[in-house]
Amino acid sequence: MERLPSWIRQHLAALRALLVLTVVTGIIYPLVATGVAQALFNGNANGSIVQKDGKDVGSSLVGQLFTDKDGNPVKKYFQSRPSAAGDGYDMESTAAGNLGPEDIVDTLAVPGAKDSEGNPDTGKQSLLTQVCARSKAVGELEGVSGARPYCTADGVGAVLKVFPAVGTPTRAVSVNQACPATPFIAEYQGVKVECGKPGEDYAAGRTVAIRGSGKAVVPADAVTASGSGLDPHISVAYADLQAGRVAKERGLTSDRVKALIRENTTGRSLGFMGEPGVNVLQLNLALDRLKG
Amino acid sequence: MSPTFAGILFIGSLVVALVLTHRPVGDYMYRVYTSARHLAFERVIYRLIGVRADTEQRWSVYARSVLAFSAVSILFLYAFQRLQDKLFLSLGFDAVPSHIAWNTAVSFVTNTNWQAYSGESTMGHLVQMAGLAVQNFVSAAVGMSVAVALVRGFARKRTENLGNFWVDLVRGTVRILLPIAFIGAIVLVAGGLIQNLSGVHDVATLAGGTQHITGGPVASQEVIKELGNNGGGFYNANSAHPFENANSWTNWFEIFLILVLPFALPRTFGRMVGDKRQGYAIAAVMGILAFTSVAVLTGLEIAHNGTVPQAVGAAMEGKEVRFGVANSGTFAAATTLTSTGAVNSFHDSFTALGGMLTMFNMMLGEVAPGGVGAGLYGMLVLAVITVFVAGLMVGRTPEYLGKKIGAREIKLASMYFLTTPVLVLIGTALAMGSAEQRASMLNSGPHGLSEVLYAFTSASNNNGSAFAGITVNTPWYDTALGLCMAFGRFLPIVFVIALAGSLAKQAPVPASAGTLPTHRPQFVGMVVGVTIILVALTFLPALALGPLAEGIS
Repeated sequence: MERLPSWIRQHLAALRALLVLTVVTGIIYPLVATGVAQALFNGNANGSIVQKDGKDVGSSLVGQLFTDKDGNPVKKYFQSRPSAAGDGYDMESTAAGNLGPEDIVDTLAVPGAKDSEGNPDTGKQSLLTQVCARSKAVGELEGVSGARPYCTADGVGAVLKVFPAVGTPTRAVSVNQACPATPFIAEYQGVKVECGKPGEDYAAGRTVAIRGSGKAVVPADAVTASGSGLDPHISVAYADLQAGRVAKERGLTSDRVKALIRENTTGRSLGFMGEPGVNVLQLNLALDRLKG
Repeated sequence: MSPTFAGILFIGSLVVALVLTHRPVGDYMYRVYTSARHLAFERVIYRLIGVRADTEQRWSVYARSVLAFSAVSILFLYAFQRLQDKLFLSLGFDAVPSHIAWNTAVSFVTNTNWQAYSGESTMGHLVQMAGLAVQNFVSAAVGMSVAVALVRGFARKRTENLGNFWVDLVRGTVRILLPIAFIGAIVLVAGGLIQNLSGVHDVATLAGGTQHITGGPVASQEVIKELGNNGGGFYNANSAHPFENANSWTNWFEIFLILVLPFALPRTFGRMVGDKRQGYAIAAVMGILAFTSVAVLTGLEIAHNGTVPQAVGAAMEGKEVRFGVANSGTFAAATTLTSTGAVNSFHDSFTALGGMLTMFNMMLGEVAPGGVGAGLYGMLVLAVITVFVAGLMVGRTPEYLGKKIGAREIKLASMYFLTTPVLVLIGTALAMGSAEQRASMLNSGPHGLSEVLYAFTSASNNNGSAFAGITVNTPWYDTALGLCMAFGRFLPIVFVIALAGSLAKQAPVPASAGTLPTHRPQFVGMVVGVTIILVALTFLPALALGPLAEGIS
């Protein structure tokens, strides 16, 4: 060692240090932690798995889809939040939606056009339109109004492109409503509003979102994707909204279902950390167990 | 209790916890780095490494040791990922592609933990725990070593010696990080995090679908990811994933882990320079900046300005129900004020100004309180610049802690502070100048620019969080961001150690009536001012085109 040039000695020391610390922090530490965790908190350490009729059906920490093969909600189950993880609640591709707060202009699908892989053009929904569409769908499912601020009655973002970008408007287009749809407002500052033509470039116009008079009944968590795409909870308000439908499907009283919601609600830790949430999987399991 | 009031209590309880731990943890670290005794198993480690633990190093040797250790680490981690399919516990994943392996190796060694890959579909358990998590420990220990070397530069006189890097590295790892990590890991498992070596477990869901439940040694990696201010998630969803952050109190605990060491280090500094008040002053600067940022960011998210948040009725996109809006904002501020970069909610979907603040936090140079070690040395360099600015105003040679801040010192300090802006702005400009790189943006308009600016800010400041909509697993971004991470980490480190060397050589100047006292509120206010002005002058034009344009239009 001593006879080698100093820079080689230094790198040899570095390599040896790395290998020693790898054994200590990368092998001994995680294995001992695994052993202790498995011994003390076996259920948690293995994923808080929950069972129904003796079979594993999921994890109490991880949300899942309660939809049929075509993606439609199974009406006897409480529904989870929207999810951006794969096709929904996919633990092998956890993700958020990642669209920004001003992502409000759609790219309309051009009928008959194909993308680079030869699939039909599906356009691209803005975050606003996703929110509006979810709100409308939830409203229809639960039999309440799906209206929201900045949303049209047909469930897209209420957004105009106004021309010219600066000065008195001479032209206004409802860009998220593909022709032949009727624009959500007839006129904007005295100019007749047109429907959006798929494929036309409206980028030069000024973007104007119209708040409208819509008031939201559907709660916020029901129309937004979570960060993980695996959110196991919904808000108490969203659970209460679904209670009537689930009670009807199962022939239960609404009070019975609401009592189950309370039982499966996690409050704030120590009274002030986080927000209350209803564990959807646990709640649906409790409902299924009622029968048997 | 209203969500806002609960959010205030959440922040308040964190402040109380940090105030309570600041002293014992800081004092403990002081003893770790100044004790002359080696523990028995540390002696074994030194023998295995082949270093003489009682010799000291001059600045150039100390710096070379840091660089050698980091270079070897990058090569090792790169090879580890490229060979993962040949090793056990790979879960059947292929070797990691070369550009992602390079980016990831640099990312974890530089304490950035930028992730161009998705953990659950790329990395096997062995690479995660014996490759990535090891760097979570040692890159944090490297940061603390460099900070301690700089403090020794202030504390010592007429010497070339700055301590021994190998001793600092080993002690930081085994005496500070490892014990806290072990206890923390068990606490997190108690909260619901998983800790096993299983692969994927398929279950039939209630509605008749299939869910692939993933396994892994998550808690042991999660704890050091927060404690060491690394931030690289076991899973793509990072600390939003229920297996990484199970409930609202694990969320509190993880934020606490992020902040505990950076806020305790000023105490260690005060003890080492023999004047605790100097440590309090530095902690006060960090505290003022951090508290303001946390409060404002949390407030902005609660206020939910912007078209989509208004349509929704709350800034809930990209956030989890169990954490809620307020605590997600607090986490976002903590993770960007330090060099952590873990996320429990997705910054891309934050309100425009809330998202801007996460970027601004990183642009502060991550000094409030900053990364483990890196925050302290960054803040001390800022203090040096502040006494220089104050010296210019009164026409005196500036001094800090009895050491003259001469031409050499101020050159090193200035180069330190120019490094990251140069990397961020040139990197962003190059990316925006090419149509191919612009195509990586998920969002259009100002928000698209924010995604690119955020990426380069995060990489160059070694944070690692992202406006995650951007597609960065392309060879160009992997290479460019990898270079930003490497230069953004090692150039400042070399400047800091060189500064330490030149300070240690000096004989202290006795304080006189003309010396600027550096432990009073006046000085605290000046450092806060200098920090904000430096950042504002450098980055305001870029912010004006991105999040500011989006937030006020």
